[in-house]
Amino acid sequence: MSVLIFTLIILVGSCFAGLVGSLTGLGGGFIIIPLLTIILRVDIHYAIGASLVSIIATSSGSAAAYVKEGITNMRLGMFLEIATTVGAVCGAMLAMFIPTHFLAVILGTILIFSALLSLRKKAQQIVEHKSALAEKLELNGSYPTADGTVNYSVSNVGGGFVVMLFAGLLSGLLGIGSGALKVLAMDSIMKVPFKVSTTTSNFMIGVTGAASAVVYLQRGYIDPAISMPVVIGVLAGAMAGSKILVNTKSSGWLRWFFVIVVLVLASQLIYNGIIGKI
Amino acid sequence: MAAKTRFKDADMQAIIGWVLRIGVIVSVSVVIFGGIVYLYRHGSEAPDHKNFITQPSFVQLNGIIQGIIDFHGRSIIQAGIILLIATPILRIIFSTISFALERDRLYVMISLLVLLIIFISSMSGHIG
Repeated sequence: MSVLIFTLIILVGSCFAGLVGSLTGLGGGFIIIPLLTIILRVDIHYAIGASLVSIIATSSGSAAAYVKEGITNMRLGMFLEIATTVGAVCGAMLAMFIPTHFLAVILGTILIFSALLSLRKKAQQIVEHKSALAEKLELNGSYPTADGTVNYSVSNVGGGFVVMLFAGLLSGLLGIGSGALKVLAMDSIMKVPFKVSTTTSNFMIGVTGAASAVVYLQRGYIDPAISMPVVIGVLAGAMAGSKILVNTKSSGWLRWFFVIVVLVLASQLIYNGIIGKI
Repeated sequence: MAAKTRFKDADMQAIIGWVLRIGVIVSVSVVIFGGIVYLYRHGSEAPDHKNFITQPSFVQLNGIIQGIIDFHGRSIIQAGIILLIATPILRIIFSTISFALERDRLYVMISLLVLLIIFISSMSGHIG
């Protein structure tokens, strides 16, 4: 196998990962790591480094569009980024000391949980109840809809902050965006409307990724030869995925199919981790 | 909230949207260009990506700059990746300026704190 073939295989795989990641809402990083480690036998640290770079690209690219629409709550994002970046730095440092097969098992487990989380029904909720801390931090916001501007309040700021620390830790440890966990924290704990929580989570992923990417970069775990096809492929796949989401109304069966793909990949990762092949 | 100030949240959203978009376009273009150079020069060699060690020239900034001068594909890719990592950081810097223009002192402090965390993180390699 030549460098050219190797690069093309990663490019096609990353494109697929970006597509699946965007259709399931899990993010491309999740799928590219098992692909690189199980099929191409790349050391998991390099796979994580490449994945981090790709999630920064997809998150920044789509955040650019969302921010302009005025749905993203930038203050909420900025405040919670304190938690996610602290978590991310700790996670990235930790990743340098954890044995690779152990990382594979953790990643597989988180992957299964997130895939199942992504299938949960999303209920739109608007909370009017006032929290003193949210008021003080100017976190309450509004967003435009077809029927005019909707105002919402943010509850349980402390609880959300703690979950964000954990989300950041996982992001730095495993090179994933942990978007599912971020959305869960804002949705279920802070009672932020779903549209706001998904766009704000996406907005935060880039900064969280950058905080741990600088650690990986300095340890030499971001390799240009691997990261190049991963970034290009994941970004292209994610862009194609968002086009499909806009154009097809019933993407229900598609989601199910890809969630099953993700579950198979995750169990492969756990199995390979346990028998020590990663 | 600060609705009466000249600089509004909507302006900030527009600026940040542009910072992110241009950052991604520029850095990915550099990565693609570097990738073409790399494949042109090394495409037919045999890859070794299990348990390998990245050369320090792709980690240290002066190594990367020297590599770009020598027209090394991988150094150009790495420069693009560094630009990509810098994009969200640049976004925080722009947010900080926007919050300052809105006279939102609390959020200037919060943004600076996030920047400080990333700065400390980027120094970690020199300490540990």
